[in-house]
Amino acid sequence: MKLHLPCDEATIRSLKVGDFVELSGRMITGRDAAHHWLVKELRQEVLPLMRGSVIYHVGPVVKKHADGTYTFVAAGPTTSAREEPYQADVIGRYGLRGVIGKGGMGAKTLAGLREHGAVYFHAIGGAAQVLAQAVKRVETVFQLEEFGVPEALWVIEVEDFPVVVTMDSHGGSLHAEVDAASRGKLAELLGLSA
Amino acid sequence: MLETSKEHWTTQFVEVIARASTQLPPDVVEALRRGRQREQEGSLAAKALDTVLRNIELAAGNWQPICQDTGTPLVWIHHPAGMSTRMFTSAFEEAVRQATARQLLRPNAVDPLLDKNTGNGAAPGIPTVHCEEWDEEAVEVRMMLKGGGCENVGAQYTLPNPTLKADRNLEGVKRCILDAIYKAQGKGCAPGIIGACFGGDRSSGYAESKRQLLRRLDDRNPIPELDAMEQEIFEKANQLGIGPMGFGGATTVLGVKIGYLGRLPASYFVSVSYMCWANRRAGARFAADGTVTWLE
Repeated sequence: MKLHLPCDEATIRSLKVGDFVELSGRMITGRDAAHHWLVKELRQEVLPLMRGSVIYHVGPVVKKHADGTYTFVAAGPTTSAREEPYQADVIGRYGLRGVIGKGGMGAKTLAGLREHGAVYFHAIGGAAQVLAQAVKRVETVFQLEEFGVPEALWVIEVEDFPVVVTMDSHGGSLHAEVDAASRGKLAELLGLSA
Repeated sequence: MLETSKEHWTTQFVEVIARASTQLPPDVVEALRRGRQREQEGSLAAKALDTVLRNIELAAGNWQPICQDTGTPLVWIHHPAGMSTRMFTSAFEEAVRQATARQLLRPNAVDPLLDKNTGNGAAPGIPTVHCEEWDEEAVEVRMMLKGGGCENVGAQYTLPNPTLKADRNLEGVKRCILDAIYKAQGKGCAPGIIGACFGGDRSSGYAESKRQLLRRLDDRNPIPELDAMEQEIFEKANQLGIGPMGFGGATTVLGVKIGYLGRLPASYFVSVSYMCWANRRAGARFAADGTVTWLE
């Protein structure tokens, strides 16, 4: 299905684990330094850009052109687990409807998704060229000087950006399911009690 | 005669880095294709691998980074007696800076004291350059780009480990490696390639586990016990059901490579390095007559 950002809560609540979604519209990027910055105080300058949209965990390779504009050269997701301590707060305070990353997130984020009406979208890790092609324009950037290229908050416009819902707003998590099943299999292979 | 100027080797090394960042070795692509065939049509695992395979083609065609996390550049350089290791080290560092300026690499080095990205890809310890003298009249360079996501899921065990019922023997080593693969789930960008080393100390064990990742996926370990271990762990890891990206599926690892080092009586380390599917290896041999041969 196709989804346009920003979007409303009802649309997000209709999504379930396993749904393929193609995202279009405006989103913001942010990873380790950005999440720390976002929770330290409410950042008014990015708030309107984030409300109803999603944050993409990515540290892109970016080309700066002679006229001062930027292009994303390579832009696949980074591991989301590191943002686990901050993510639920960032979603609540900035009115995000979702997160894009890889590897999934934990119980605190899952509870935050349920409470605020948001989902976790999984992009394909390492697919930096496929995903950079879906980034049509770089609108602006925050904290570039302070955080450097990979960690800055880039505001981007995307078209048909491919993701899969792996954590939904109803407590469903593909990551928890796969972890439990593989833990059981490991115990069986090693003759341990699960 | 082999060139001895830093400028010459910097140019050569930029080419090796460009290849590593953009062109995935054929054995890795082949392993991913075989993995795709094992996955159920229409499954999340199959779709993930389709995207991965399309990405590899795009990156190769455009000579652009396969993954935006261009990782830690790790390089092993063999050179004849009399050539300067300081020159090679400094040439490789300069090559990393030039490759970063050309967007073949991301500015990927952070100074943790200043808490600031250095902007040019280099910092103390980055890149990691190993130089070794050898008897041949040629220079051989083998490198990899090891991303942070997969580096973070590496693990080091000490034997015995009662939780895993792992004693100080090869069976114990196997148990640790399987546990590390389970714990990594999809976070290191599965399907991964496992480099492992038993013995050594904490630093040499990890270094050897990474050096194992330079091996081709379709090679076989010349030591029969280790070859059997590699095959068995490969089979069992792919029964865990973690699958591409941790979406569930039949392809959890693409290969398992194991080496060993001497250990102290008191220590028995098992060091496991996880390499993401984007196993960006590259190698080249520079002969005295000026010919360059790319190594797979």
